[in-house]
Amino acid sequence: MSEPLLTVRGVKTYYGKICALHGVDMDIHAGEIVTLIGANGAGKSTLMMTIFGSPQAREGEIRYEGRDITRLPTHEIAHLGIAQSPEGRRVFGRMSVFENLQMGAAVNGLAHFNEDLEKVCTIFPRLKERLEQRAGTLSGGEQQMLAIARALMSRPKLLLLDEPSLGLAPIIVRQIFDVIREINAKEGMTVFLVEQNAFHALRLATRAYVMVNGRITMSGTGAQLLADPQVKAAYLEGH
Amino acid sequence: MQASLFSRALKEAGIAAAIAFGLFALMLGVKTEQSLNNEMVLLPRPGLLATVVGLVFLGRFLLTLHAAWRGEPDTTKRAQSPFMLKVEKYGLPLAIGFLVAYPLMVLASVGPAGAIKWIDNFGIQILIYIMLGWGLNIVVGLAGLLDLGYVAFYAVGAYSYALLATSDPVKMFMAEWIGPGFWAAWSFWICLPVAGILAAFWGILLGFPVLRLRGDYLAIVTLAFGEIIRLVLINWIPFSGGYAGLSGIPRPSFFGIPFNASETGFAATFGLEFTPIHRTIFLFYVILALALVTMAVSMRLRRLPVGRAWEALREDEIACRSLGINTLNTKLTAFSLGAMFGGFAGAFFAARQGFISPESFVFLESAQILAIVVLGGMGSLVGVVIASIFLVGGVELLRELEFLKAVFGDGFDPSQYRMLLFGMAMVLMMLWKPRGLISVREPSVFLKEKKRVAGDLVKEGHG
Repeated sequence: MSEPLLTVRGVKTYYGKICALHGVDMDIHAGEIVTLIGANGAGKSTLMMTIFGSPQAREGEIRYEGRDITRLPTHEIAHLGIAQSPEGRRVFGRMSVFENLQMGAAVNGLAHFNEDLEKVCTIFPRLKERLEQRAGTLSGGEQQMLAIARALMSRPKLLLLDEPSLGLAPIIVRQIFDVIREINAKEGMTVFLVEQNAFHALRLATRAYVMVNGRITMSGTGAQLLADPQVKAAYLEGH
Repeated sequence: MQASLFSRALKEAGIAAAIAFGLFALMLGVKTEQSLNNEMVLLPRPGLLATVVGLVFLGRFLLTLHAAWRGEPDTTKRAQSPFMLKVEKYGLPLAIGFLVAYPLMVLASVGPAGAIKWIDNFGIQILIYIMLGWGLNIVVGLAGLLDLGYVAFYAVGAYSYALLATSDPVKMFMAEWIGPGFWAAWSFWICLPVAGILAAFWGILLGFPVLRLRGDYLAIVTLAFGEIIRLVLINWIPFSGGYAGLSGIPRPSFFGIPFNASETGFAATFGLEFTPIHRTIFLFYVILALALVTMAVSMRLRRLPVGRAWEALREDEIACRSLGINTLNTKLTAFSLGAMFGGFAGAFFAARQGFISPESFVFLESAQILAIVVLGGMGSLVGVVIASIFLVGGVELLRELEFLKAVFGDGFDPSQYRMLLFGMAMVLMMLWKPRGLISVREPSVFLKEKKRVAGDLVKEGHG
């Protein structure tokens, strides 16, 4: 296999004295959907944020397209073609949907803005109806769509999605996951997905990792993990 | 229904009146006075007490009725406020036209003797605060950085102009290299941009250490910064003159032509009879131009990427960073631009007063400018104007209310009650419109533009 798009090697992240990640190794290859599942507080979001440089890893190395990005500030990482839909969506509430999308395209100076606007509006027709509306008045699902759309506006090579199903109705969750699959299949976009909703996430994943207490304990293809009795017992209760 | 509402209103008003009586019985009901024998005597003032309690009763009664009649607050209506939007849309050319005509209108209606007060105390004073409000609006309203020490930049601007314009070395240097009389005639016009740049420089200087702070912590540090500047000005006497301040600051010239009675003065040059009002009117137009520049820049910036970044920063800093916005630079530009406009206003202030001292740059000034921005509605330019007119013009108007002396007695000076009224206005405003006078945020892009964008797409065959 060729060189991975993103490699994480021995990354340790601390919040003050508390160690949140105890040496994490992970690879993301171009064109994959890689899923990270785990319980609350396992360190999933911390890993995603560490890739994005906030907080920075105290030890270890993160390489993206062969370049060491461990010590880069967040906004510079965003300029390298990594985009994120953060946990809790974090849309700009008092700005319109349109302006939110403009902010998403700020990295490349609105160069492809019109084209990309059309594209995300095709992916999320709901947003097209609401372009003039204030983002804070959207429903939770629409805000999540906006957060993903905003991330897509920068034409990223790697899309980081932190808990896109958080607090959403099951039918919306399915829509969101369908969109992720579509973006991956049609655009060949590489996706790194952090999820608690393990069943959906694993069905979507090319490969997946399981994180427990800041360590990767298991990895494999999505199907392998779905079938794994331990994973079933721990994360797939009820499916 | 109606009867029960009435009795409820009466009951609530009764309770409010009872509380008011309890509160004011000793504060207002009796007055201590010295008798002829040097003894303290208590003078009862039942009339005053009864008036206050009666007013409270009436106020509470009407408030209850009003609240009941209005029914449940209609949130959709409140969020829209179409009237205010219209004001924002059509009011601008009208307002500018009015302001340009204002000094002449005043002059025509009250004559030169009365006009100075109206142009200076109302016109210029309010415009200074509008400009300061618009400057601070960039920092607080757009970028969401709470700055409690804005007056520091105002002070930097004022002292920059005052010190440069009165400095002997500069005067000599200019006399030697450009010619005698040059500095006296042009100092204001040269120092004005310098004052703005220096203030912006101080904005960056303050910005760097506090960039990592947000919200309350940032507010405290900026508050401290404002006090530091003031204390330095008070204590560094050789530099700033301390409490005594700086006097003899040259007044602005009409682009090189001084406003005096001499033969080369403004009046003689233009064949007019000399009166001091020429300068006042000129100052009015100068501050009007400065304020309009501030407005134009803020309006333009909001539509540029940096303005959008400021607003996004106000909404969510973390999301901003993850979208590739350099939050450090974004904050610094907001700080320095806001400071620059403060500096311009400060230089103008010094030139208008001819005398400055640290007394003019106390925390209360910062608080008042902030109040203007907050009351006006964070980020709204028109809101700042309305709030300035109310807060600054209102205080000036208090001095005019001579008839109140007939009601409250001869020694009554209404302007002593300005802080009380100021506070009351704030409380009422926050009850009535908790997000400020104009709480509607106008998007920086519109439907029209979106349609145009879509049209372009079809034409060029991108879609």
